[in-house]
Amino acid sequence: MEVGPGHFLLAKLDDVARWAQSSSVWPLTMGLACCAIEMMTVTAPEYDIARLGSEVFRSSPRQADLMIVSGRVAQKMAPVVKRLHDQMADPKWVISMGACASSGGVFDNYAVVQGVDTIVPVDVYVPGCPPTPDGLLYAVNLIQQQIREGGRGGVLARG
Amino acid sequence: MSTTERPTTPPEPMTPEIVSREGNSMVLSMGPQHPSTHGVLQIMLEIEGETVVKAEPEIGYLHTGIEKSAENLFWTQAQTVIERMDYLAPESNALCYALATERLLGIEGKIPERAQTIRVLFSELTRMASHCVWLGTHGIDIGAITVFFYCFDLRENLLDLQEAAGGARMHPNYMRIGGVNGDLPQGFLDRFDALLEKFPGRMRDLRGLLQANPIFQDRTIDVGTLTPEEAVRWNVTGPALRASGIAYDVRRAFPYCGFETYEFDVPTRTEGDAYARFLVRLDEMEESYKILKQVRKRLDTPGAVMIDDPKIAAPPKETIALSMEALIHHFKIVSEGFRVPPGDAYASVESPRGELGYYIVSDGGNRPYRIRTRPPSLYNLQVLKHIAPGNLIADLVVMIGSLDPVFGEVDR
Repeated sequence: MEVGPGHFLLAKLDDVARWAQSSSVWPLTMGLACCAIEMMTVTAPEYDIARLGSEVFRSSPRQADLMIVSGRVAQKMAPVVKRLHDQMADPKWVISMGACASSGGVFDNYAVVQGVDTIVPVDVYVPGCPPTPDGLLYAVNLIQQQIREGGRGGVLARG
Repeated sequence: MSTTERPTTPPEPMTPEIVSREGNSMVLSMGPQHPSTHGVLQIMLEIEGETVVKAEPEIGYLHTGIEKSAENLFWTQAQTVIERMDYLAPESNALCYALATERLLGIEGKIPERAQTIRVLFSELTRMASHCVWLGTHGIDIGAITVFFYCFDLRENLLDLQEAAGGARMHPNYMRIGGVNGDLPQGFLDRFDALLEKFPGRMRDLRGLLQANPIFQDRTIDVGTLTPEEAVRWNVTGPALRASGIAYDVRRAFPYCGFETYEFDVPTRTEGDAYARFLVRLDEMEESYKILKQVRKRLDTPGAVMIDDPKIAAPPKETIALSMEALIHHFKIVSEGFRVPPGDAYASVESPRGELGYYIVSDGGNRPYRIRTRPPSLYNLQVLKHIAPGNLIADLVVMIGSLDPVFGEVDR
């Protein structure tokens, strides 16, 4: 599309805001286990999550929009994950990355929380053990799609 | 909130005493969610100004119950969860577990030559890949982000090889009790050659980025110094021990998989600081490259990759459709596993982090009775308590990075 001098575009403010918001989803730096390594890999040259505007991993939950639960959540870690999610400002999204975060995975035992959706509302589940970086990129795409459609995060949990 | 039927675990409130003051000092919790703790480590710090007076590592935030889970799985299945302990070097874990089980089965000397070579190949590839992650994240901790991109680019090539052979990028589960799971796929050797060709140049890049960098040297030289006596007393192994001047390498001291037939050096330094550990790891990657070149020569010889013992190995896939006996045999091995004679065995390998050991006990069943791991990270991490006091908080980050703990392994 070409917009010459003197021309202008009309759009709803909501749409523009959502477009901008969806192009700058900042994840929280929270690595848990194996999946965290693949989460780091998406920032590496071959996958380059910067193309989606999500390369800025924020260390403070106050500045993050997206929590990627990357790996098994141990019983001891669960309160910390919950607290970090509480500290994030609305609207916020959660990706449950990998089999362990989604359902406990191969660790059906006393130590692992059987699905992080029992403590925080999850928007997108990524299958795999660990998922490939492409899988995580697609999950971020789905989050962007939800944002463009006016989602506010935690839809699955509320519905 | 979620309406799932799963048993929920109500989150307990965290301890309110995260920050408190006592006299002139202050107690500060670093972690468990912290960008430079390399996983979910919490360190309770007592600080005066910016100087650390006391550091207490608090572990267990990734306790997965892997040892317990493994007791409910067949001997072969247990390997799946065991690979997820040290997720940066899954092949080292799988190999060590396989070696211990083979010792118990009494088939140590019967592993085919080619299988041994492939095992060496993957244990060295995984060492390189692990050191790539370590170097990339260590660089980020110190503020040198470029090195991360170079490291992960190289790591992609290494993972591609794992994926080609085992089918998965990170946990290929390619090592098996009695050998490896199938021969190397077509086209593998060409990709391996390409990697061997690329590696020296990439190594020069990595060294060029950091080794003579004055900022990097300022941050790492004389930080976290560990004397040889202390290192031994704290049971430190791996690059951290060798950086303190002790040339202990399991590949040399207790060779396995035919490491005694390969030519390689055990790089050591005498300084014992974070910079020495950095240099030792870089040298190790080059030694791995030397080993891989020797492996490449041996891979030209074809041969069996799995032990010829119907008690342990399933029949080849091709025979299953043709022979009823092979089908029954395959079904038995898959559905029941095999039995291991009662007793216990210990085996250790040199993982990228140090001496990794598995002590396994069998009661004669088709599942392990008990598996106990000797994770190098746990022993290496405990030394933090000793080297941290008197240093700045910022240097603590360097120390953690230079010890290279992996929390899957520390907490298990």
